[in-house]
Amino acid sequence: MARHAPVSHAIAVSSPRRRPPIPQTGILVWLKANLFNNAHNTLLTLLAAWALFVTIPDALRWMVLDAVWITDDAKSCRAAAGACWAVIAEKHRVMLFGTFPYDEHWRGVLVIAIVVGMAVVSAFRRFWSYWLFLGWLGAVIVVLVLQLGGIFGLAETGTHEWGGLPLTLIMFVGTVVGGLPVAVFLALGRRSQLPVIKALCVGTIEIIRGVPLITVLFMASLMFPLFVPEELTIDKVLRAQIGMILFFGAYAAEIIRGGLQAIPRGQYEAADAAGLGYWQTTGRIILPQAMRIVIPALMNDIIRAFKNTTFVSIIGLFDVLGATSAALQDPLWVLYAPEAYMFIFVLYFCFCFSMSKYSERVERDLATGRNY
Amino acid sequence: MDSANSNDRAGAPMADNYDEIVQFRGVNKWFGDFHVLRDINMVVGRGEKVVVCGPSGSGKSTMIRCINRLEEHQEGTIVVDGTELTDDARKIESVRRRVGMVFQNFNLFPHLSVMANLTMAPVYVHGIPEQEAEKQAMELLERVKIPEQAWKYPGQLSGGQQQRVAIARALMLQPKVMLFDEPTSALDPEMINEVLDVMVELAEAGMTMIVVTHEMGFARKVADLMVFMDAGEIVEASPPDQFFERPENDRTRLFLSQILTH
Repeated sequence: MARHAPVSHAIAVSSPRRRPPIPQTGILVWLKANLFNNAHNTLLTLLAAWALFVTIPDALRWMVLDAVWITDDAKSCRAAAGACWAVIAEKHRVMLFGTFPYDEHWRGVLVIAIVVGMAVVSAFRRFWSYWLFLGWLGAVIVVLVLQLGGIFGLAETGTHEWGGLPLTLIMFVGTVVGGLPVAVFLALGRRSQLPVIKALCVGTIEIIRGVPLITVLFMASLMFPLFVPEELTIDKVLRAQIGMILFFGAYAAEIIRGGLQAIPRGQYEAADAAGLGYWQTTGRIILPQAMRIVIPALMNDIIRAFKNTTFVSIIGLFDVLGATSAALQDPLWVLYAPEAYMFIFVLYFCFCFSMSKYSERVERDLATGRNY
Repeated sequence: MDSANSNDRAGAPMADNYDEIVQFRGVNKWFGDFHVLRDINMVVGRGEKVVVCGPSGSGKSTMIRCINRLEEHQEGTIVVDGTELTDDARKIESVRRRVGMVFQNFNLFPHLSVMANLTMAPVYVHGIPEQEAEKQAMELLERVKIPEQAWKYPGQLSGGQQQRVAIARALMLQPKVMLFDEPTSALDPEMINEVLDVMVELAEAGMTMIVVTHEMGFARKVADLMVFMDAGEIVEASPPDQFFERPENDRTRLFLSQILTH
């Protein structure tokens, strides 16, 4: 076939392993690689530098140099050219605790500390155990005692007095803790082979996903009482909580369904062959794998659930944003609403950013296959 | 076998043909309109090894998956160790307890350690104490020669090691019959032998085995009966000597010539 000797050849060697060549470093190399690597990026870099040059001095002057930090007199703010951060110190009690009785605010502080503390502890895998579950159970009881009062010599404080950051956090934790099981059952039900269960779950998910959260909350707070006998009055906070749980549950159910669909058929077959029943297969084989897959997407929804707590203000509950708006009704300080809202901005950002960072870490752990 | 095992069987009707552990009689199955199993008649004797081969799509996997009801047949009867497979969930459960299965893609549970993969069914389905199950699991892992991997996760093992874990997992419930559905087809060539060695050892220990495979060297070594399937039918069934040396059917001859060259 070949009319002459083949051209293909290779050279066998015995070459020792060595380290890769050291890359060039230094600030100039970095600048060139990241900011000025071509004409297009050089132009963008210069534009961005110009925009910063124009805005930063003014912002700095308003926020820091000309700002009033401490005063209890709104007039001294009016005289200054900069921001009036003093409004935060002046109004922080109302902003953080809303209509909760002033002398009982220490209870609100404890509630915040307990919820944030438990959340931080729960973020670490090494604490994931039965004890953590018991810890949360204990935390719920303590929080309810602190918020409701009426025992242990605590003054009684009805849910109509709840407000501020404790209300936001309670609503948030309640939504996620109550909503995840709802989501799991809706997702499983949607894949059920029993037509009635499947129809019920599809109907619930689609109806809730088909309306805005505001509508769900209005339903829960205004229309629901019309449908039930008068003597059965369910607390307004609880009604809003149920509305939030259903809304979160319907969205999270669709995310979890995606995870369930990603589990290969072979897993079900292996479980069947081993004689595991439906609930054992679901609980021990399918769900643990599906939930891992959907953690990043679920964290996205959890962060959204945190921000969605602000919607409760339209049905007359004072979450931390609603309480801030209320606090700024004071005509003396009403001018300084932007400063107060910036504080709320930072507050929300801290919560959401840490959740986002946490989700990133979880994702990285799963990608490296740790524990998997 | 020992007396514990015969007690085990007390609930099942004692048929005259006790030696026949798996029976297919006139079994037909369709996927939609597609006739995937056509009039299957086959008997597997207690302690015997049957190797099933045939081109892809010939129905061989579907056939062995009917034995533990991963697939349902529409016509005919399948009897496993004296229990006829019907819609009755308790019968299915009782058959699955006596039948172990090894899959082409291992199908280990990736979120569980090797040990947890093995002890899952004994502990949570059959209520065997965890310590006892772990002890038994270690013995089986030693038998498949990977006791040192007990606390690793499946993703950390090679394909051959994973398949050996899968074999150990299937042995945990002390099955009467082991089904192997192309156990070496997903393996890199250098790992095929470590899995086949374990299967040969199992065969020599007297296990009843039904193996779908194209590993003809293995088949020659252990098979009591070779079954060749094509287009949903059993085309030829004979002892290995005859099957390899004097195949009677043209389709068998063509198939053998295709897989035995190179």
